[in-house]
Amino acid sequence: MLYLKSLVVELGGKTVIKGVDLQVNRGELALLMGPNGSGKSTLLHAIVGDKRCRVVSGSIFFEEREITGLTMEERVRLGLGLGFQFPPRLKGVRLRSLALRILEKRGLPVDEAEKVLEDYSRLLRMESLLDKDFNVGFSGGEAKRAELMLTLIQNPRLLLLDEPDSGVDVENLALIGSAISRYLSLNGKAAILITHTGYIAKHVKASEAHVLLDGRIVCSGDPGEMVSNIMEHGFEACVDCRRARR
Amino acid sequence: MNLEEARRILKPKAEDALTKPAPHGLDLDLSVFKLGTGFAIGVEGSERLLESVGIDLRERNRSGSYYQVDNRAVYASARRSGLTVKPLSEALKESENLNYYWKAVSVNTDKYTAAAFLGEKEGYFIKVEDGVNIETPVQACLLLKTPGLIQAPHNIVVVGENSKLHVITGCTAMREEAGLHIGISEFYLKKGSTLTFTMIHSWGKAIHVRPRTVAHVEEGGVFISHYINTSPVASLQTQPAARLNGNRSRAHLSSIIISRGTSQIDVGGTLELGAPACSGEILSRTIGFDKSVTVARARVAGKAPSVKGHVECRGLLLSNESRIDTVPELEARVQDVQLTHEAAIGRIAEEELLYLMARGFTEEEARSIIVRGFLSVELTGLPENLAKYLESILDNIAASL
Repeated sequence: MLYLKSLVVELGGKTVIKGVDLQVNRGELALLMGPNGSGKSTLLHAIVGDKRCRVVSGSIFFEEREITGLTMEERVRLGLGLGFQFPPRLKGVRLRSLALRILEKRGLPVDEAEKVLEDYSRLLRMESLLDKDFNVGFSGGEAKRAELMLTLIQNPRLLLLDEPDSGVDVENLALIGSAISRYLSLNGKAAILITHTGYIAKHVKASEAHVLLDGRIVCSGDPGEMVSNIMEHGFEACVDCRRARR
Repeated sequence: MNLEEARRILKPKAEDALTKPAPHGLDLDLSVFKLGTGFAIGVEGSERLLESVGIDLRERNRSGSYYQVDNRAVYASARRSGLTVKPLSEALKESENLNYYWKAVSVNTDKYTAAAFLGEKEGYFIKVEDGVNIETPVQACLLLKTPGLIQAPHNIVVVGENSKLHVITGCTAMREEAGLHIGISEFYLKKGSTLTFTMIHSWGKAIHVRPRTVAHVEEGGVFISHYINTSPVASLQTQPAARLNGNRSRAHLSSIIISRGTSQIDVGGTLELGAPACSGEILSRTIGFDKSVTVARARVAGKAPSVKGHVECRGLLLSNESRIDTVPELEARVQDVQLTHEAAIGRIAEEELLYLMARGFTEEEARSIIVRGFLSVELTGLPENLAKYLESILDNIAASL
């Protein structure tokens, strides 16, 4: 579904992604791990077409079509959806009305839109937050659940999730994990999920894990094995391993 | 005392003030405009214009109506018992109503009140008897049709003890020519009463606007004012005041100023917390378009113990050539007061735009969502119908950026 070929990305005049090749197929969930500043968020933002992340060279293919030159709007329409690590607070914009506008934008009639919203807000326990301004006064877990809900109701084919598990307690983690799993059980979906801590790995079924270090994927492999290694030894171990392999 | 005697006493004060400028806003040369009744005699042909400022000529969901064109009353109706809606000139034939005549607003406030007094012709008089709850609003329309005219309605609203009233006033002008509107409004809220006053202004780019408004609030009374200005004006300056004179009385003044074209706008609110345990807030939202210049003022004076006042001024610049200033003022005269203010002016944050575009919206849609959010002030105290109507006006503003 997604194929990145020798991708190099600049952010604020600095090369952040220094040649990444990555493939994610239908039905797969790829975990993207790595220390702070390794380029994980930049990679996801570049895939979705955030204009601040400039592709210097390389290509992005989505469903056999090159999308490197497309705008974010076009990519979102094709079926890419990014869940932000830090979505902004939107004063005066109620979560419910924002969600309904997203569903309306998808072309759903009002009654169907309301049904979808009801379903997802129940799944992510958002009912009591629907009439609050988006992200204003939300706790860490609430903000993550709200962001995941808005990303999922967009109905993207490729789900790009930027640390949906950071700063989230165990209970919220299970909720978030089960919502992602349910979504990916639908036909023709795939996801890349950034996790800094790896906590989410217990709650979703990942097909592969990748470690990003200084803008390059240095290691790919079995998610269970890699997550437990990293949780035990930290990313230092990846640095050492990479050095040893050289 | 009769009207003639009352006017004789006030006249020298007004004459002395005819050259007294207002402390804020563009100073106008009144000799450019003429006082008079105006040639227009009806609202016919202005139906859609009036609808845009909340006036329903079919009077659905209205308890009463008053229409004034230029300086002539053309229609008044009251459809509930305990409710009076009539032209001021008629109301002042009853001497008891003189108790409310230029008692809240002083004729010598500035040259505009002076001119309004000296040229006074008409206005509305709305009164609710004690213990009457008028659930559906009374509507008042002030339409300026004759070019070059000073329209100076003098409005008096009296809400009896433990009574409740909603008034919606829509003010608009027919023509592109210059004109001056000086609306004098005096509100008297008796013990335990509630008045919500909603005013929608949609003038023309050559019209100057100088409303002068004071509300007197007795013990336990609640005064709620919502003001929306949607269209360009030549200049607009007003600073309505709520004087909370009775214990535990409250006031809530909100204004939404859409500043377009080359409008010069100076809008404020004054809250005088003059009795123990009074409270109130002034909220304003200003959007600057084009080359408009807007000053948003708010003044809260705490003059009695255990009072609370809050000011919140927010501005959003949608044009590089527009300008917004906010001037919040807090004045504490006794120790035991709690006065706070917050003010913020900014542009639309890139980060918010980008976020919404990632959610699938176009840039225009994203802007509109953010602007609509900015305009979301709590429309406190209004009947559902009226609140929905105001929401729809705000929706339209955000949708037509």
